[in-house]
Amino acid sequence: MGMRHDLYNLIEDGITPEEVLSKNTPVRRSVEIKGEVTKDVVEELSKIKREPDWMMRLRLRSLELFNKLPTPNWLPNWVLDNINLEDYISYARPDVNRSSNWDEIPPEVRQYYEALNIPEIEARALMGLGAQLDSEIIYINIRKQLAEKGVVVLPMEEAVQKYPDLVKQYFMRVFPPEHKFAALHGALWSGGVFVYVPPGVRIEAPIEGFFLISNAGEGQFEHTLVVADKGSYIHYIEGCSAPRLSKYSFHDGMVEIYAHEGAKVKFTTVQNWSRNVINFNNKRAIAERNAEVEWVEASIGSVASFVYPSTILKGEGAKTEITGITIANGKGHVKENGAKVIHDAPNTSSKVVNKSISANGGTAVYKGVVYVRRGARFARSHVACDSLVLDGDSKAYTIPHDQVFDDTAVVTHEAYTGRISEDKINYLRTRGLTEEEAKSLIVLGFISDVTEGLPFEYAMVLNRVIMLEFSKYGKVA
Amino acid sequence: MAELRIEDLAVSVDGKLIINGVSFGVRSGEVLALMGPNGSGKTTLFMTIAGHPRYNVVRGKVMLDGEDIIKLPPEERFLRGLMVAFQTPTVVPEVRLSTLITAMINKINGRKLTDPAPPSLVNSLMKGIQEVGLTPAHLSRGVNHGFSGGEMKRSEILQLLMVKPKVALIDEPDSGLDVDGVFAVGKALLSLANSGTAIVLTTHSAKILHVVKPTRVLVLNRGRIAAEGGMELVEEIEKVGYENFLKAR
Repeated sequence: MGMRHDLYNLIEDGITPEEVLSKNTPVRRSVEIKGEVTKDVVEELSKIKREPDWMMRLRLRSLELFNKLPTPNWLPNWVLDNINLEDYISYARPDVNRSSNWDEIPPEVRQYYEALNIPEIEARALMGLGAQLDSEIIYINIRKQLAEKGVVVLPMEEAVQKYPDLVKQYFMRVFPPEHKFAALHGALWSGGVFVYVPPGVRIEAPIEGFFLISNAGEGQFEHTLVVADKGSYIHYIEGCSAPRLSKYSFHDGMVEIYAHEGAKVKFTTVQNWSRNVINFNNKRAIAERNAEVEWVEASIGSVASFVYPSTILKGEGAKTEITGITIANGKGHVKENGAKVIHDAPNTSSKVVNKSISANGGTAVYKGVVYVRRGARFARSHVACDSLVLDGDSKAYTIPHDQVFDDTAVVTHEAYTGRISEDKINYLRTRGLTEEEAKSLIVLGFISDVTEGLPFEYAMVLNRVIMLEFSKYGKVA
Repeated sequence: MAELRIEDLAVSVDGKLIINGVSFGVRSGEVLALMGPNGSGKTTLFMTIAGHPRYNVVRGKVMLDGEDIIKLPPEERFLRGLMVAFQTPTVVPEVRLSTLITAMINKINGRKLTDPAPPSLVNSLMKGIQEVGLTPAHLSRGVNHGFSGGEMKRSEILQLLMVKPKVALIDEPDSGLDVDGVFAVGKALLSLANSGTAIVLTTHSAKILHVVKPTRVLVLNRGRIAAEGGMELVEEIEKVGYENFLKAR
């Protein structure tokens, strides 16, 4: 199997994943919805998906909220100007029948995933995979032994049909349509993966959801819902990529996690959208008694990204860890990668580690909230933000916000901003490294304590992509 | 057989002439001791030969195996076989010492920078840290991060032992080291010389020279070579001090 080596070598030869994908021809669509997001549009979408009434109502209520809620006033104007929804395709169904067998996926679709070695990684390292192209899941499969244990992995739409009572309990209840773009998501959601892990079931290898946007001017609104029942364990990995596009595409996905008593959910995102994608993502988890939720958000691609993985520590003894890695490399790039923790019960603990690198005019932002409610006795929280700023044109902002209403809480925050000094570079140059290699090594080292927690394949690809980011675009005048 | 030849080198820093017409040569297996009072230009000489951009070459040549490398960037000089161990090396907290050494060896062998260390390197690293008196814990720390002065020296020497360059320029390897450290580093340098590396080293003390036994001694003063000879120069300096030694020339 030479596929992995193909990607590996391509990246080594200085070709980015977005360029790999750009070699492919666009996939034909069987259905496309474009233009202003109205009640008719939302109803049409719901009909196409043959949804039960409750889901159509949920969509319409979300649309109402979307129209009512104010646009966040802190978003950069150029971002708002470029997410003019009338110009976007809000639903794009690729002309392909969903399958659980890659051989049944037409080559012109398969090529996108093969170019990134997804089928091969699935065969070697994953317990299940759902692959989305534009607005629909086109491939989904889990290992037989998981299905036998009662694990459910389905496209979100199919879960709505097959397990309405289960889905209804959680769907947009962990993350209600409380702000404008969460509401928009609720109105237009399409695709995404539903996962249910029965009590006590531990899935040792990860399950992955992989999302591709194949066209410019497209909105993607996938909805992922992970329900981990009592004492279960799952590691879910989310990957995103897109070819280089002729104009902006817009991503406004949502991830909801519910970790029941004693369950552990690890959720890792490697976001490597091409530079033409504006990325919003709405991520929230609820952790019951003694449950653990671990978020890893590696924000590598896209020109503008706003993601704040959040955990509500609802049960006593619940824990969360939120790790962010942010690369803001390029003029005008704005990457917000934050975290939000609500301590809602006694003896809960949280740890936030955020590492950002800004270069060539990029801006990296950490925005975070730690909230401890009165009565959440002995809550502990530690937030550490490290920023590396590679040149004078680039910026890093750390904006932590603590709201602590219980006097037994211990909430701490530390922040560090570093630069790569000439001295460091010169020293490494006397060790045979070029200036770019020296910078890459410093950058990789800077984030190594977080990348080392990733599965090997992902850590390796991530390291290569970062090396490439800085060898290709990293030239500092 | 490697050879470094410095020919009529003159160097200025911030417009001030620090090195003014220095020439010498060193070959595989030789150890050249470079002595001289503080401010005589020893470190400037090494920095210039290493290719540090802050040092401005006014004239002269740095010939490595017959090629003038004076215009080459520092990384190219390293890849041609020239390596410096610094008196005060830079702290790079982000990069682990083991990562740096692996990257250097990968670069020399034409592999990708971040390829894993080959087993042979891991073995020699384990031997090397014992030889210079470091522990595996040092390898997994950032380069020189939280290292004592002595540990920094040991780390620089460890890097030399792993690379085995054609020519090593070693700036005060013994300062800040305890007696055992001086002995260990001296022995390590001796084995490096015996394996074919041409060594130029600066020092202010005779102790390490009694271990490495230099083949020649140069004394630098005000950017020029003031004296050249053998160990007898070292003994004289030890006895009368630089001021009297230089007055007598």
